[in-house]
Amino acid sequence: MQSQATYNYKVVRQFAIMTVVWGIVGMLVGVIVAAQLVWPELSVHEWLSYGRLRPLHTNAVIFAFGGCALFATSYYIVQRTCHTPLFAPWLASFTFWGWQLIIVLAAVTLPLGFTSGKEYAELEWPVDLLIAVVWVAYAVVFFGTIVKRKVSHIYVANWFLGAFIITVALLHIVNSAAIPVSLTKSYSAYAGVQDAMVQWWYGHNAVGFFLTAGFLGMMYYFVPKQADRPVYSYRLSVVHFWALIFTYMWAGPHHLHYTALPDWTQSLGMLFSLILLAPSWGGMINGIMTLSGAWHKLRTDPILKFLITSLSFYGMSTFEGPMMSVKTVNALSHYTDWTVGHVHSGALGWVAMVSIGSIYFLLPRLYGKAEMYSVKLINTHFWIATIGIVLYIASMWIAGVMQGLMWRATNPDGTLTYSFVESVKASYPFWTIRLVGGALFLTGMLIMFYNMVKTIAGQKAYDAPVVAPAAAHA
Amino acid sequence: MADFVSGFWNVYVMGLVALSLLFCVFILIANMTKRPEKVEVQDHLWDETLQEYNNPLPRWWLYLFWITIFFSVAYLAIFPGFGNKQGIFGWSSIGQYEGEVARADERYGPIFNQYLEKDLLAVAADPEANAMGQRMFLTYCAQCHGSAATGAKGFPNLTDAEWNWGGEPDTIKTTILGGRMGVMPPFGPALGGEGVKDVANYVRSLSGLAHDSLRAQRGKDLFLQQCAVCHQADGTGNQALGSPNLTNNSWLYGSSEATIIETITNGRQNQMPAFADFLGEAKVHILAAYVTSLSKGQ
Repeated sequence: MQSQATYNYKVVRQFAIMTVVWGIVGMLVGVIVAAQLVWPELSVHEWLSYGRLRPLHTNAVIFAFGGCALFATSYYIVQRTCHTPLFAPWLASFTFWGWQLIIVLAAVTLPLGFTSGKEYAELEWPVDLLIAVVWVAYAVVFFGTIVKRKVSHIYVANWFLGAFIITVALLHIVNSAAIPVSLTKSYSAYAGVQDAMVQWWYGHNAVGFFLTAGFLGMMYYFVPKQADRPVYSYRLSVVHFWALIFTYMWAGPHHLHYTALPDWTQSLGMLFSLILLAPSWGGMINGIMTLSGAWHKLRTDPILKFLITSLSFYGMSTFEGPMMSVKTVNALSHYTDWTVGHVHSGALGWVAMVSIGSIYFLLPRLYGKAEMYSVKLINTHFWIATIGIVLYIASMWIAGVMQGLMWRATNPDGTLTYSFVESVKASYPFWTIRLVGGALFLTGMLIMFYNMVKTIAGQKAYDAPVVAPAAAHA
Repeated sequence: MADFVSGFWNVYVMGLVALSLLFCVFILIANMTKRPEKVEVQDHLWDETLQEYNNPLPRWWLYLFWITIFFSVAYLAIFPGFGNKQGIFGWSSIGQYEGEVARADERYGPIFNQYLEKDLLAVAADPEANAMGQRMFLTYCAQCHGSAATGAKGFPNLTDAEWNWGGEPDTIKTTILGGRMGVMPPFGPALGGEGVKDVANYVRSLSGLAHDSLRAQRGKDLFLQQCAVCHQADGTGNQALGSPNLTNNSWLYGSSEATIIETITNGRQNQMPAFADFLGEAKVHILAAYVTSLSKGQ
């Protein structure tokens, strides 16, 4: 027994391991639905039909894989940068078991067909309530730890994680407001175009705060740690943080261009999406430039490769996003596979890559080891995943632009050149390439699982002693 | 503009938009500093190694940010977006839509109108009109009737010679213009389970399908009492009502005993939507000619 206080690594270990497990599950479901698009006969049963598995895939990768990664890393980061163990460890434990229960409930209810029909918020009201409770507990643990920190300044990663936790609570509670009619069915509290607006206010801020702010928090800890370099610019982090927080809230209407949504709302959605370009790139610059003076490390360190590549994809998809929100571009891209490609350049390229890099950083440290069982396998994982993403995005770009052009092509008499089903038929080759890309990415996760098992097998769990803050900064 | 229920919300939205833009401007101006003499780490240290440099905002990045802000302000002056201000151009999405439709009508209208005065059979025989008809069919009709117009369960096959509402070219045009509501009432309660089964067997006998002759015999009386009003005593149907001919072995929902029992017990509701308002008569004229051509010679 150590007499010295230690960080609470237990909950970090639990979430870190489940990140890999749910990553495999979520991506496997993704590969299945991708295969169903190529071979529709694979929809063998209503429980396994495309319409039910698709929300399971999105929920599993965003909230199970991404969520566990955020819990694991945020609990690790907040303790270490506040120089104090987690506040209310029993509550942290509750968030772990509560979150796992939510994921299992989602994995059961969505295939059974229980859904509120709101994208990325399909879970029915009893699960929604449970999410709200777990999330509030998460906030208490996180901000409780911030309050009892031993350093006066709050590290930049914690700004982003804090914003993510507060905003997701707000988004979830407002968008999930519904009138229950039975245990498994409810109706939205909003109607018509207002329901659509609330849904996409939620939907886009889920991207902005769950999938961006949260993972930027991750980036701000693990990139400087792994590169062993100071963050490029404190000033840039201040500006891009506040600009992101202020402008993301407006961007939702760009999902509803050329609909019943009033024109002024559509304009604002487009403009604030354009303004978001610079604040988003601020994060990319700050992460990548942190490496200046240490570029050589990219050659040998596959974890750093994951982290820096994720920032490149982040920069790419945050350029693509504002462009797609411009109404004239959106008129071509909306409802096509271009959107699917854009989402995955963010989800696979940015979110998954930065999570994978961070988990590779964490796992050995959580078991008192210097590095993973095989660094070579991390490198293999990196290349397989990268090739998978490139195949995925490139095929969806081509398919999306092709679909958009086919749908708008007209004959000299004004009739449509192509029927819808012709555009479906033309998409098959690209859907096949996408399936290969997704399968490669899944293969990478299986390699990670093997590496993880080998790393922790026979190892004792390790809780690092609390580091005293540097004398001048306490 | 009726987007705001009161003047308050208009001002509220304007205020929030202005605040958000001004905040971006403020935070940029507040942080536009000169490059320091020497780039140094800030006086903070976390978790043993974490530090931050005091690098200024990258110049190109700053310009990028300014450009997007200026663009947005200009856009708000020109297009709707700032509260209920319509913008200098007076643009609206409904106006854009109506303008595009008007231009398309002007450009393409004559191409369709040239056939309107011609007899449907003549249009059907015109290869150019026929090709136009097929293209429209693939856009507007194929979802239900199939790309080859052979139909599906509940959706009539348009390539055979059997018509529920009549196959004369003008009748087909009427069907497309005004749509059709096909209603078969449920007879489950009136006939009872056994009665339904008897009628189903009689119905199958009408088109020579395998059936239980004892049941069919009993079913015949019930048919004459309950069904003949619409389907006629001989079961050949009535095109004025849209009641199908039951003797021709052409089935909208299927001919199995179970399916016919289901049809008789619960009835059927079928709707062909009206296209007059959506497409206009000139296009429907060409479509009707195309559909006529599908079953010609059969």
